[in-house]
Amino acid sequence: MTGPAGARSAVLSVRAAFKAFGSVKALDDASFELIEGERLGLLGPNGAGKTTLLRAITGRVRLDRGAIELFGHEANDAERHRSIGVVPQEIAIYPLLTSRENLQVFGRLHGVAPREIPERVEWALAWTGLADRARRPVREFSGGMKRRLNLACGVLHRPRIVLLDEPTVGVDPQSRERIYDMLEELRAGGTSILLTTHHLEEAEARCDRIAILDHGRLIASGTLRELIARTVGQARDVVLSVDRPLAIPLDGIEVSADGRRLTARVEDVGAELPGILTRARGAGCAVEDVEVIRQGLHEVFLHLTGRELRE
Amino acid sequence: MIATLLRIGRINLRRDRAAQIMVFAVPIAFFSIFAMIFGGRSGGLAAPRFPMAVVDEDRSDASRDLIAALRLESDLTVRESVAVAVPGGGAPGAPRPLDRAAATRMVHDGELPVAIILPPGWHTSQSGIGGGRMRVQVLSDPAEPMARGAVIGLLQRAGARRMIRSLVPSSRADSTDDQFGLPVPAQVFDVAGPERRDSRRMIAYYAAAIAAMFLLFSSSSGGGTLLDEQDSSTLERLLNTGLGMTRVLAGKWLHIMLLGVLQVTVMFTWGMIVFHLDLIHHLAGFAIMTVCSAAAAAAFGLLLASACRTRQQLQGISTIVILSMSAVGGSMAPRFIMSPAMQKAGVFTFNAWALEGYLKVFWYEKPIASLAPQVGVLLGLTAIFLILTRWLARRWESV
Repeated sequence: MTGPAGARSAVLSVRAAFKAFGSVKALDDASFELIEGERLGLLGPNGAGKTTLLRAITGRVRLDRGAIELFGHEANDAERHRSIGVVPQEIAIYPLLTSRENLQVFGRLHGVAPREIPERVEWALAWTGLADRARRPVREFSGGMKRRLNLACGVLHRPRIVLLDEPTVGVDPQSRERIYDMLEELRAGGTSILLTTHHLEEAEARCDRIAILDHGRLIASGTLRELIARTVGQARDVVLSVDRPLAIPLDGIEVSADGRRLTARVEDVGAELPGILTRARGAGCAVEDVEVIRQGLHEVFLHLTGRELRE
Repeated sequence: MIATLLRIGRINLRRDRAAQIMVFAVPIAFFSIFAMIFGGRSGGLAAPRFPMAVVDEDRSDASRDLIAALRLESDLTVRESVAVAVPGGGAPGAPRPLDRAAATRMVHDGELPVAIILPPGWHTSQSGIGGGRMRVQVLSDPAEPMARGAVIGLLQRAGARRMIRSLVPSSRADSTDDQFGLPVPAQVFDVAGPERRDSRRMIAYYAAAIAAMFLLFSSSSGGGTLLDEQDSSTLERLLNTGLGMTRVLAGKWLHIMLLGVLQVTVMFTWGMIVFHLDLIHHLAGFAIMTVCSAAAAAAFGLLLASACRTRQQLQGISTIVILSMSAVGGSMAPRFIMSPAMQKAGVFTFNAWALEGYLKVFWYEKPIASLAPQVGVLLGLTAIFLILTRWLARRWESV
């Protein structure tokens, strides 16, 4: 987790957004705010309404009711196109064009003035690390390179808000790190970022705040610490690996099926761990390993939605 | 194991409507179209009839007898009169018998493929068989050699019937000339003079026929990029930029149209370089017809694409539609050999209008103003196709 949003103002506000496709409620009075300069992770199982929400923000889905506000007032199309950069989940670039050509055409389409295009393209090539591939057709690129270019094509017009739909899907961990480094650069420049992801560990590590969407409703939002405190609490699991199956049950300690993994939930690790070790030894077991597991987003998510993220 | 594989194949086929259409419906559709074009008798359609004009300068019983025999030929439509034009563009007056000049003009202008003239005194030389017999003059449009051959053949059959009826003894023993051994010796004249026989004009005919068909194929392929962009989400991205669907379609249409113009230009230029097609002297007409044809074809390609959900669907449907239109519209076989119903159906195809315009330019060498009907129809089709495309493309806009 990086720094908190603080007292900065909201650049994007979604207010009671409702959208139904037939009898299916894609968005059900979803509300949240994106604060200036923050990275907000939008989590939700498949079909939760994440993509619909992003499309509503860009104006590609018309809400049945509710409102989308940009910088404190109702968003209009011109402001959306000027202020929002969209990076779709798919690699939405032209494979037969070179990276430079893709950047040039998307720069123009986003309204970058012709005289500014060369400078913006050079910046994007350097930012993505693709300067040495500027003249190569994109179809020859690796998945990670395409993802980086896909990202660059959405931000050439210096949007104040960037919406990313699963920006790291299908890329290796190294490329994923690279993409998040690029996003960090954008954020450092004052850009506010809203991203959807299936990678809980990424949301934990890379987002200032997290919003959880389920069945079109925003069921929780806040920093990871806040979410944990509000749901599963700050307790840790202490897991002991012992040399032999536990012969007698110990109060407050769960035992695995083979009897060699003992789990205890504790509020204060420092205070309670020595007692747990003593009780294990008293039961005739030698402790081989100790693992302390803190509650994370996975547990929060399960607690809130009752199911895994990919279900 | 094989039974399992067969079961998988059967289930897949049962659930794949496109595959069912390609396997069962398309062959039947094509068979029916070609049967109607070349057979002419299926489905209650009348047989193809070759239109021809007859000018009776001989005005004898023998000439009238031959014309009557020609009229009995079910494969011929014999025309002997022409409506008299009224000065000032009023309704045409009473018909008068065709004369040589009118028949020549009609063949020259492509109104009829063939006219035959029974010259004065023809009957007096018909009593025997030999080199002294006067020939029937056949005025022919070299653009339609099949019609010429068919009419001459039918003329011989009519002549033979007439001879049998009049019990004229016939023997080929004295003949030293095969032409004069025929019941009705004929001499063919290409109406536009020696240059009309030039194979360059035939090259123009085939270039136009092929160009019309391949304009449709390339336009359909170009329109398919809409579906590709839908799949890759670049369309979504373009719309997110504020470009708008109308401008996206306009850009696509313009690109496909220019590509079509280039395609046809390259084809005709190749014809000029390799086959000596006379492009240089017909540049204005060529340019007008090419731009209008490419505009209509591009709009048609976009319409097909916006009506389809996937590339595969577009490929299947466009192949069927384009081949059918090309067959009926004259890109595969001349329309005059088709039944009257099929000829009328051809009027509803892009190919027929494009081809007719190119023939006016390259074959009949008509003035630019004469292209007005073709230009009007092609531009009208362009507008209709684009309006329908825009309407169908609403599905890609905001929901």
